[in-house]
This record gives sequence, structure tokens and C-alpha cells, in this order.
Amino acid sequence: MTPPLSPRFGLGLRKPHYHDFLEGDVPVDFVEVISENFMVPGGRPRDVLRRVREKHPVALHGVSMSIGSADGIDRDYLLRLRALADEVEPMLVSDHLCWTRTGGFNSHDLLPLPYTEEALDVVCRNVEQAQDILRRTLVIENPSSYLAFTGAEMSEWEFIAALCQRTGCGLLLDVNNIHVSAVNHGFDAHAYIAGVPLDQVRQIHLAGHTQGRELLIDTHDQPVPDPVWALFGTVMRKLGTDVAVMIERDDNIPPLADLLDELDVARSIARNGSVAWA
Amino acid sequence: MGLIATRPNATGLGAMQADFCRWLAEADECAAERLPLADRRGLSVYQNNYRAQLMDCLEASYPQTLTLIGVDAFRSAAAHHVDAVPPHSWTLDEYAEGLPGTLAALFPDQPETADLARLELALSEAFVAPDAPALSLADIPDVAWDTATLRLVPSATFLTLSTNAADIWAALNREEAPPPADHGGDVRALILWRQDFTCCFQLMDAQETALLPRLATSLRFETMCEELVDALGADHGLALAGELLARWSQAGLLRHPDR
Repeated sequence: MTPPLSPRFGLGLRKPHYHDFLEGDVPVDFVEVISENFMVPGGRPRDVLRRVREKHPVALHGVSMSIGSADGIDRDYLLRLRALADEVEPMLVSDHLCWTRTGGFNSHDLLPLPYTEEALDVVCRNVEQAQDILRRTLVIENPSSYLAFTGAEMSEWEFIAALCQRTGCGLLLDVNNIHVSAVNHGFDAHAYIAGVPLDQVRQIHLAGHTQGRELLIDTHDQPVPDPVWALFGTVMRKLGTDVAVMIERDDNIPPLADLLDELDVARSIARNGSVAWA
Repeated sequence: MGLIATRPNATGLGAMQADFCRWLAEADECAAERLPLADRRGLSVYQNNYRAQLMDCLEASYPQTLTLIGVDAFRSAAAHHVDAVPPHSWTLDEYAEGLPGTLAALFPDQPETADLARLELALSEAFVAPDAPALSLADIPDVAWDTATLRLVPSATFLTLSTNAADIWAALNREEAPPPADHGGDVRALILWRQDFTCCFQLMDAQETALLPRLATSLRFETMCEELVDALGADHGLALAGELLARWSQAGLLRHPDR
């Protein structure tokens, strides 16, 4: 077993915790922000980000790049993101393996891709263009999904491995998303972990989900559940690179202390390489 | 014609994405049938997410309008808007821009509803407008006023209302019952801006209505003084120029001319 090299542990910056981060000394190694919330000309959002950045390294995590759009990428969006990144000097810039937009329509949802050679070509072309415009290596997050397409020519992990190999992009491994999609689509989460290029993993997301009527829904409104902690332990036992680990909570947001407790669990698992904490 | 534009000659991934969006925005069952899905159980999850996201955006953007007309009426109007107006921009902030127009069409006999929404929209735009150093009262003695120009801070915008929506907003902001709607036809000219991180608005008097829009580009202070002297005489004109400069500086309306 090769233990990870100095993993860092962080949290997503959410409005209910702004005061804690601005006025207090929050014991995290980095903070992740939703890029689009700060891609505004000025005012309080930019001031908050500037002040948080003075205290912590920041990761920019986007939801609107639409890297899987057959229409190509939105150059104006990327130029705005680059301007923000140039100011923030983030530790990394990430978005999702999905598409959100076609033509003039923007769904504002992370929509699933068919895992075909055609889609791989589209995503690789878009990632390469995005990296050129951003002048940075992009980090791509594996999605949670509720649909599977007929005619798939590869698994999601094979798609991601090919994407990383062809573009040099990094991987944001969302362990909850692996679990949600594995349950929804009936694949083996451990085969997924074995299939993705772990040496390309730059960041890990940990989150909770909700049981829907028929499917698991990636709601990020619950504590990290045991199956996700167990998968995280598996990942950390296999990882041989420096990685940034964070709890991603977007709804039903608890007091900061609760999230810091969860982060301590993540630290313990990373240290022990197992779920012995439980 | 549908809400989603058709890409000419779209095939494969492009055609699938166009059909997917028709399902999301229009609940087009034919488009959904064309999707090459191995398992259709999740289709409704995506449509629910799509609609919930837009509804949440509208509710969060117009809290006072929601309070004024009530949750049920607001959600009904928002659902109508989601059905009729698909989102185009990468930012959800822009999606909220269209709601005042929808409210004006849905509530023609209650124009204060759309007016209130326009006011809330303008305030939210001021909230994230570009930053710039403002002129304060304390800065005034250090400025060379014989050559200085007056210019509004970048967050300043103007709004004309045909109702007492500004009074309604103020009452709701104090968590008080709003005054009865006034459709009397008096035009209210407002200026809105951000002072530090607080958004503000005020009704403009006749003098400000004539002068402040000219400060959106720039106006030499000396020119303003000369015009007021010509109109009101030396004593009164110069006094008013000084009073306006002090009032606007105190409010944080003016950009510092030297920074």
C-alpha cells in the first residue's frame, strides 16, 4: 500500500459560513467555491472571495462550462472564468463531465453523456480548447447520472481514462457520484475505481445523497453515508498522489462545526487507509 | 414553433442534445421517445431538476414580489414563466431578468407587481455591479473643483415606476404591511446604487431628475454650477450646487474624480 502524499482537506464555501471563514480561523487546507457565483463584476461576492483567498488556497469549481456540448464551448464564458482565475490564482479549476447547453438553450443542469467515440471526440476537443483559453490544466469531475444510453461503446471509467490520456486533464473523483451511479446503473463501484487513472486524481469530493422513488439522487443535502466513506477508504488506499479532499454540501447546510467533524472523519480514513474509525 | 431552436443537419450527439432539451423545456414526448435510452426511469429526475432550479432562482430573486402577491400566485406566475421562457445564459442571474415582463402580462390590473419586480431586479444588479472608489464628504476639500468632473459610481442606474412600488418595497423590507397600491399615474423617477455593499434607492426631485442622468457619463462641476447660476441666480445657484454635491457625496453616489 502506498499512502497518499500529504493530502489536503477542505470545504466548499457556502453563504451560511461566510462569517466563520471571514472572521474566524477555520482549520482547513483549502476552500472550494462555485466559480459562477463569483463571475460577477464586483460587490460583496468578489469582496468575500478576495478576503477568503487571503486566508486560504481556493479551488474554482464550475457548473456551466458544458464540456460535453456538441455545439462546442462558450468562449465568452471561458474568458470570464479565466479573468476570475487570473485574479484568484486557484489551486485548480474544475467542472463536470456533462453537458448543460445546446444551441441557445442552457438547462442549468448537469446532463448525461452517452459514452461513445463521438462524444469522447467532442469532449476531448472541448477540454483542449478550454485548457488553451484558460491557460491551465482543467480538472474534470465524474458525474452522477440517472440515465444510461443504448449504443454505449465504453464504460464511464473507460471514457474518463481515455479523456485524461488524450487531453492531460486532471480528475476530480466524486466518490458519492460513483456510488450513486453504481447503484442506479448496477455497475461495480470498485471496478470503476480500478478503471480510472488514479494518478490523474487531483481532488476528491465527498457528499451525501437521497433515496428517490426508484433511483439514488445526488442531492448533497445529507452527511456522507457509510458506503461512500467505505469507497473513499478504498480510493485513499490506492492513491499515490497528492490530492485535495473535501466535503461538498449544497443544501440543508448544517453548522460549520458539523462539516469540520466530517472532515476529521475523512482525515482519519486517509491516515488509516481504512474505515476503522467507525 | 418550439422553444428550442433546431440545429440544421444535427446528427448523433447534437441531435440527442437538442431532443433532450426539448424534453426538458417543452416536455416533448416525441423528443423523449427519440432519445436512445437504455433505461428511461431517470428522465423525470432531469426534468424535475430543470424546473426546480429555475423556480428556485425566481423565488430567490424576487422575495418582496413573492410576499406581495403570495406564494401560490407567485409560483403560478413563475411556472408560467418557466413554461414560456427557456434560459439562455450560462448564469442563472440572467434568467431572473425576464420575470417582470411576464408579471406585467399576467397582472395587467396590478401594475405595482411588475414595478416591484423591476425594482428588485435593479437592486440585485446593483449588488454585483463593478466596484469603484466613491467620493465621500471628507474627500471634498481635497478635490480641484474648478476642473473636476462629476460621475456616478458604476452601480448607479435609473428606474421609472408608474406606481408606489418603492413605498411597497420599503414597507415589506421593514416587514410591515404594504400600503395600498397607487395606480394614480404619477411617474416616480428613482436612482439606485450600491454604497459599500448596501444597495440603496431614492426618489429623485426635479433638479436631480434633470442632472443625475447626465452624470452617468460625466459633467464638469463648473458646468453644473454655471447652469444652476443661470437658472437660479448666483447665490441660490451656487448654494444648490454645493448642497447637491454634499448630498450625493454623503450618499456615495459619486465616483471619486481622482481615483
